[in-house]
Amino acid sequence: MNKQRDQMNVVVVGHVDHGKSTLIGRLLADTGSLPQGKLEAVKANCARNAKPFEYAFLLDALKDEQAQGITIDTARCFFKSQKRDYIIIDAPGHIEFLKNMITGAARAQAALLVIDANEGIRENSKRHGYMMSFLGIKNLTVCVNKMDLVNYRQAIFDQIQREYSAFLKEINLVPQNFIPIAAREGDNVVELSAKMPWYKGASILRALDHFSKAAPKDEQELRFPIQDIYKFTEDGDDRRIFAGRIESGAVNVGDDVIFLPSQKYSRVQSIEAFNKNSESLAFAGQSAGVTLATQIYIKPGEIMVKKDQRQPHVSNKFKANIFWMGKQPFVKDKNYKLKLATQQAPVVLSDILGVLDASELSSIAGKSQVDRHDVAECVLETLKPIAFDDIFTIAETGRFVIVDNYEIVGGGIILAPVFEEETSLKKYIASREFNWERSQITPDTRAKKYEHKSALIVLTGPQGTGKVEIAKALEEDLFKDNRFAYFLGLSNELLLNPGQATDKTLSRLGNIQELGKVAHVLTDAGLILIASVSDIDDYELNMLKTLTLPRQTLVINVGENRFSHSQIDLQLPADQDPHASSQQIINVLIKSILIDPEYFI
Amino acid sequence: MTKTLTKLESLEAQSVYILREAYREFKNLAMLWSIGKDSTVLLWLSRKAFFGHVPFPLVHIDTSFKIPEMIAYRDRLAKEWKLNMIFGQNKAALAEKRTFPDGKLDRIACCKTLKSEALKHTLAGDWPRYRLNHQTGQYDLDANKEPYTGVIVGVRADEEGSRSKERYFSPRDRNNEWDVGDQPPELWNQFKTDFAPGTHVRIHPLLDWTELNIWEYIEQEKIPVTKLYFDQGEGKRYRSLGCFPCTFPVESTAKNVQDIVQELKTGKFANIAERSGRAQDKEGGGGLEVLRVDGYM
Repeated sequence: MNKQRDQMNVVVVGHVDHGKSTLIGRLLADTGSLPQGKLEAVKANCARNAKPFEYAFLLDALKDEQAQGITIDTARCFFKSQKRDYIIIDAPGHIEFLKNMITGAARAQAALLVIDANEGIRENSKRHGYMMSFLGIKNLTVCVNKMDLVNYRQAIFDQIQREYSAFLKEINLVPQNFIPIAAREGDNVVELSAKMPWYKGASILRALDHFSKAAPKDEQELRFPIQDIYKFTEDGDDRRIFAGRIESGAVNVGDDVIFLPSQKYSRVQSIEAFNKNSESLAFAGQSAGVTLATQIYIKPGEIMVKKDQRQPHVSNKFKANIFWMGKQPFVKDKNYKLKLATQQAPVVLSDILGVLDASELSSIAGKSQVDRHDVAECVLETLKPIAFDDIFTIAETGRFVIVDNYEIVGGGIILAPVFEEETSLKKYIASREFNWERSQITPDTRAKKYEHKSALIVLTGPQGTGKVEIAKALEEDLFKDNRFAYFLGLSNELLLNPGQATDKTLSRLGNIQELGKVAHVLTDAGLILIASVSDIDDYELNMLKTLTLPRQTLVINVGENRFSHSQIDLQLPADQDPHASSQQIINVLIKSILIDPEYFI
Repeated sequence: MTKTLTKLESLEAQSVYILREAYREFKNLAMLWSIGKDSTVLLWLSRKAFFGHVPFPLVHIDTSFKIPEMIAYRDRLAKEWKLNMIFGQNKAALAEKRTFPDGKLDRIACCKTLKSEALKHTLAGDWPRYRLNHQTGQYDLDANKEPYTGVIVGVRADEEGSRSKERYFSPRDRNNEWDVGDQPPELWNQFKTDFAPGTHVRIHPLLDWTELNIWEYIEQEKIPVTKLYFDQGEGKRYRSLGCFPCTFPVESTAKNVQDIVQELKTGKFANIAERSGRAQDKEGGGGLEVLRVDGYM
């Protein structure tokens, strides 16, 4: 087997016109990495158009880019040193293209940050430095460029190094080195230049070769976010495979594992792979698949961890630093979608602790929203608990993005969980109760009149178990018995929140919330409300019950019971005659809401 | 005990991750299979991702001018691996002989007609799709006319300038167009998997692979490729496959995968574009980019 060469992604960032593209052009040319004739062709083209040749032109592969004269997106090119292959990512310096710069930088294991010696540190020198810290890039070299314009004077280089080091220290970033260069002239790019004899450090290429890749993550605690669960039945395949990428740690066949946030546990039975010898171990970085010793039901998004290791936080509130890329500002009282590893959950901005002016690193107080390109410390609340780590413990499960209207509009790193009782649900209920004008007729009076208490009856369980038929049969049986019963389908258009209807994550919880609100009104009116919701999970059920309070919620599970800790009031088999099921439910009702013997037939 | 992935293992892990994201998020997902080495590696990676299965259809655009061995190879693997194989074609243009080989169009216009246009309509479902019937071995008209909202494509960033600007998940608007200037951010393996009705997303799991990586992986995994890539004794082989009127072989005596890996490592082709044997790239100013903005792969 041939030895594969090592490979590293390097991003080049910095303020606009500080010479990023020139540096890259020079690296490509001086390491002999340009396609044959490319250099000559670009030079000839420049001569034809009577403009001076620049190394930056080499990168302008796309025509519309040349038309605008700026790098609009992250371009990639390749060069080699003796040590390894480099994929170099040229990120745009213009602030409007921050999201492109972030995309480029997020793929990098190392960064070259370019500062113009003549112009000095500018707004995006700082903003990009901050982003490197944010994105967790540890290999950073600061290139003080255009030394030729300042006559290669050491004093100017030293001044920038002092000033910029101080800035980086404030944001916990320690650069590997500062290198004075003149990219246009090739000074200190590949070879050290005689023009700066006072500089004793490495050239850019040498500095890159000294970078090491991130330490292997297999010795940390296991974090295996479940991306999907497969059961492909073709050719008699009966494996139920939990697939995902191991973000940290390692897992062995036989390990006891817990899934979070659901708290379900099992044991790893096998590690699955295609066209590979069977392994008993899977480790960080692998896109793996496992089967479990017991049959448990979980949804994609849960994080598999080892039972005997430190576990991630499970909470619905946390403090985070975020950066915002959305054209619309990040505002309170609006549902966004959060994606963390493979989890997705609705999220709201609960508090802004401070908005940072990235160029000055000073906090702007009293902002009520986070604007485009802002960096802010915030408290976020997900509408159901999620599992996460803080960024300092395990980065891969300590960072997230925010989606609004189909687009990724923000990114964030989690500083710490926030444990407090005040949730947006409780706030909503408090406000609802405060504003509720009570009638003269008490629930008791109503119950006596109607000969039953009111309640919400939820039929749940896997899809396709005949829940709706049972619900309708129950409504019919109760109705015939002169009970005030009403069946409400969740697919009812009235319940859908139009703005969120297209997003699975937001519309699911939105529907549950709406059902809870409607259930509260209709049970207050004395009704027995019957609803069918497939696969309601522990948290959704808890939300529904909380919204329906003080009235009772009865849970009827049809088919496989997939709850991990919720109590159910009745378990029914799938595919039973609906009226038989209905009768079993009525038997439960007799013990709970139809109890009063004085009025019950 | 510290374990790390080799370069090919990391590339594989990332591609598999992207394929699984695509499969989870897109209900109407398809993979384009050009029969070439890249999309065949992509097909293999799908079998890796889904533990031996390929749970979505493979779409091939048949210009009718493909080198005949390519079609034979396509159907052989489709049957062997039990693939859900679909092809589409610009029947009208072929009937009217509106093609470059028939002398009515230049190369670029021919590509637009037989590939871009056929692709657009096959993906949208408004032109007929033909699906391999595994019982008869023949292609039947496919009843499913739903548009594909996620399309997996085997482009690589190192192939050509415009491909170096792609995202892993790259949205295309209602007219199949690519807005190079306003692409979604991608960070921490979070991609654009939400999309407005009427738009679709191209998914590029091979973006980080190089030509050498592809051949090293073919060697490591022993993936079957068509023999057009190898010298058959005439000192020539294809480096990139397409339609026979516009695709030319390169000088090479590489007779098998090992030879190709060695050949690429010598740097013999380092200064010659991989698609240099594809005549349409050379037409006009930036042929492939013009085609790509309009939906070409």
